[in-house]
Order: sequence, then structure tokens, then C-alpha cells
Amino acid sequence: MIHAETKISEEKLLEHFEAKIEAEEKIEPRDWMPDAYRQHLIRQISQHAHSEVIGMQPEGNWITRSPSLRSKKILLAKIQDEGGHGLYLYSAAETLGVSRDQYIQWLHEGKAKYSSVFNYPTLNWADIGAIGWLVDGAAITNQVSLQRTSYGPYSRAMVRICKEESFHQRQGYEIMWRMMEGTKEQRQMAQDAINRWWWPALMMFGPHDTDSPRTSLAMKWKIKRESNDNLREKFINKTIPQAEHIGLVVPDNKLVRNEDGTFKHGDINWDEFWAVVNGNGPCNQQRLEHHIRAHEEGAWVRETALVANLKHKK
Amino acid sequence: MEAKKEYLLQIADNALILSHRLSEYCSRAPFLEEDLANTNVALDLIGIAESALGEAANLEGKGRSGDDLAYRRPENEFKNVLLVEQPNTDFAYIMVRQFFTDAFHVAFFTELTKSKDEFLSALAYKSIKEVTYHLKRSSEWMIRLGDGTELANHKTQDAIDHLWKYSHEFFNATEADQEMIKLGFGPDLKSLESAWKLKVNEIFFMAKLKIPENNYQLAGGKNGVHSEYLGHMLTEMQYLPSKYPDAVW
Repeated sequence: MIHAETKISEEKLLEHFEAKIEAEEKIEPRDWMPDAYRQHLIRQISQHAHSEVIGMQPEGNWITRSPSLRSKKILLAKIQDEGGHGLYLYSAAETLGVSRDQYIQWLHEGKAKYSSVFNYPTLNWADIGAIGWLVDGAAITNQVSLQRTSYGPYSRAMVRICKEESFHQRQGYEIMWRMMEGTKEQRQMAQDAINRWWWPALMMFGPHDTDSPRTSLAMKWKIKRESNDNLREKFINKTIPQAEHIGLVVPDNKLVRNEDGTFKHGDINWDEFWAVVNGNGPCNQQRLEHHIRAHEEGAWVRETALVANLKHKK
Repeated sequence: MEAKKEYLLQIADNALILSHRLSEYCSRAPFLEEDLANTNVALDLIGIAESALGEAANLEGKGRSGDDLAYRRPENEFKNVLLVEQPNTDFAYIMVRQFFTDAFHVAFFTELTKSKDEFLSALAYKSIKEVTYHLKRSSEWMIRLGDGTELANHKTQDAIDHLWKYSHEFFNATEADQEMIKLGFGPDLKSLESAWKLKVNEIFFMAKLKIPENNYQLAGGKNGVHSEYLGHMLTEMQYLPSKYPDAVW
């Protein structure tokens, strides 16, 4: 009898939940939500938070070699912003009932992922430009649409993050532009960077819609607002003219220019995509080990901070 | 004016080299909030270095920029103290190095606001807020490290024992220091040393940390004679401008 009552009320709760989503109202942490919705958000928001934090490493690789005081300040501030985004997102993810420590543990155990794009190496200074312009550019395309996501804390984090990311994208483009105006070697570095970052940036939107298993439920519950392929198209249509404007060649020999000025990209190497997702990218091991090492080396510091804070409270 | 240029280089290089060490630590802090705080301090210090280097380049009048001074000067023309180039051995070393420097910066910039030189006084006013925050943070950390767990106390005392020999170079007067003091442009280093010691004693007392018995002091950086570490730091920092001298970034 009790069981039957619970079942009925769950159905009503679901109905109420879906009506809210339909009406474009935000779902807040204390609201009832289906378990699958919660699990989807736990996975997605923590993956997003980890991406911000792991993303500090490839850019951090060039801080000590930044070629001017101005570029060093910009890069440090940018990496600091990424860390800050990580904080907002961990906070948003914690509203789902999982602690930051737990999320970090899942990352270290390989149970949680981060964006595969950060498993590629930064090999010359133009890579810092390419990351800002292409990787942040791709991220913004996705995040702009996520500002309308149905979960309140995630949506609000996205609004703040988008403001800063658009700066990063402009700063990245400025690096590329300066290098294309520079010496022959600088132009070669810039072209080398787009050659290596173009396809990983396109892969950031994920598999084609036809191969994306979680998309339909996420779209129904408005966690995701636009499909992978739509977002990817928006990105290339915005970015290819920017590349051409400064004389960079997009490394896609099957690129089609449509009559209306839009573009159709060539085949994405999905074997490479899945290899990197599954841990076989050039830097997967290095990135994770770096994070684990810093976390382990900091254990005694976190512990003493905790003990000292307790002593002070007494 | 040569003495003022040298004096600016001392100020700039302490900030520049310490900020470089902090930037090496980015993405390696014990937790995310601390990573951001570390980067914040690094950014403030680059700002101080940038102002002082720009003015030093102006005074020099040879058409060089502040960036040229940062990225194209040889090692023996850097005028920072040995302390700031010491490596990031662990969080305790990083924080002790920071605390010693912050305590100096607060004492120094507080007095420098009274400088008869307009630029130096303005630089001091601009910097004092930032370095005061830095000292608050590193002082609080000294207490957490010293008066938290036993392990942390040992590690921090070890860092102090190692770094103490570099802690007094700030107060060694170079020719540039003497000239600036004479003109009323720069503060007397003896009074700064007293203020610095007072702060260190206060925080060490609260943190249950000890001043080492061995008070032997090393110096040289302020006169351009550095530890082996600086050459490696500059090799990395100056890599692109050295390799591609004609490039503008």
C-alpha cells in the first residue's frame, strides 16, 4: 500500500518537474528531480569543472616562457580565471549532494572525465593563442547555449563564465594576429598551432548527433539546449572567416564553402577522438598524474590548515 | 641618474623574480583557492616590476623598454636578493620565502611613500595596498603551518632554518641605496630591519616557530652575484626573446 502511494506521488512529482521545464522555469537544488536528471548533471557539471582545472596545465606550460611582461600577466590572469571557473562549477556541482573531495577522487580514479582537448600538448607560444581563440571559442559556443540550461546553479555559473571566456577568446586571437603580422618564424608557429588545434577543437562538441547516446534525454530535460552538430557548425562559421582574415589556412582539404557563406567541414577522425577519450592521447597520463601529485603533495598543508582552524575556533 | 635606475632595478627584480617563482607553482597548489591566491600575488608583483622597469628604462634613456630590461639583461645585471630566487622546494619553503619578502615589502613601501622623489612615492602608494594583503596572507599561513600539525611545524621550521641565511640581504646597503637615502629618496635600511624583525618575531611567536641560532648571512644578489638558480630561471624566462631577437610578441 505504502509502495503504491510512493509510486503515485513520484509520477506526480515527475509531471510537476516536467511542467516546470516546459515552462522554462529553472530547477533549483531543493526541488525534486528525477534521479537520471541528477546523475546527468553530476556527470556533466563535474566534467566541466575538471576541464577548467586540468586546462590550467597546458597553458601553465608556457607561463614561465611568456615573451613579454604584458603577455605573462594576461596568461596568468587567464589561467586564474579558469581556476575560478572551476570553483564556481564545483560549487554548482556540490548543490547536487556530492562534495568537491568526492569529485576530485572520482577524477583521480578515472571515473570522471574532463575535456579531451586538454590531452594535447602546447608546443610553441602560438599554442597559447590557439587555445584562447579555438578551444575557448569552441567552449563559448557551447556555454552560450548552456546559459539557458534548466538547472539554476549551472545556468548562473555559465552566465558568469561566458563573460570572461569571451575576453579569453579575443586575447587568444590577438596573439595569433600579432604572430601573423610578425616574422616568418612567428607565422610558421601560428600555422603550426592551428594545424594541431583545429581538429581537437572541432571534436570538443562531441560525437555526431546520430552517435550521441545521452543527447535525447538531456535535450528533453533542457540540460542541453542545442545539438553537438549545430554547435559545431556555428563554431566553424564564426571561426573560419577569422582565420582567413589574418592569413591562416584551416587544415581541412575537404572543407566546403556553401553558397550562403557557411561552411561544411571534412571528416572528423573519430578513431582519434575515442582513443583520446579512452586515455590514449598524448598527455592523458601526464595531466592526471600532475593533478594527483599536486593533490598528494598538498595533503599535509590541507591537514594543518584544518587543524589550525579548529584550534582558532576554540 | 644611475643610482636611481639601480635602485629601481633592485625593487623591480625582487618583484619580477619572485613572481616568476610563483608562476612556476601555478596548478601545483594544495587546493584550488590557494592556487588562485598564489597567482594573484604573482600578478601583483609583475605589476610592481613593470612600473619600476619602465621608469628605469626611461631614466636610462637608451631607447630600451621595461620589457627589454626584463628579457634582455644578463644575469649579473639582475639586482634581486638571493632569497627570491630560491626554489619552490615545498609549500613551507614557498610560504616562508613569501613571508620574509612580504614583511620587507610592507616595511619598505610604507617608508617609501615619504620619498622626496615623485615616482618612488607614487609607486609606494600604489603597491602598499597589495603588499599589505600579501603579508596578511603569508602571516596567516605561517600560523597555520607552525601551529597546526606537528608535521607542518617541522617542515616549516626546516624551511626557516634553510632560508634564514638569505633573509637579511634586503638590509645590506648598496651604493644605490646609500645615494637614495642621502637624497631623501629612499628609507633608511636600519629602521626597516627593525620593523622587519619585529614582524617576524611577532608572527613566529604566534606560530610557535623559532629564529635559527645560526645567524650567518649570505648576500650578493643586490650586487649582481647570484645563486646558480637565477641563470636557469632567466634561460627559461628569456627563451623566446633570445631565440627570436627580431620578433615582437
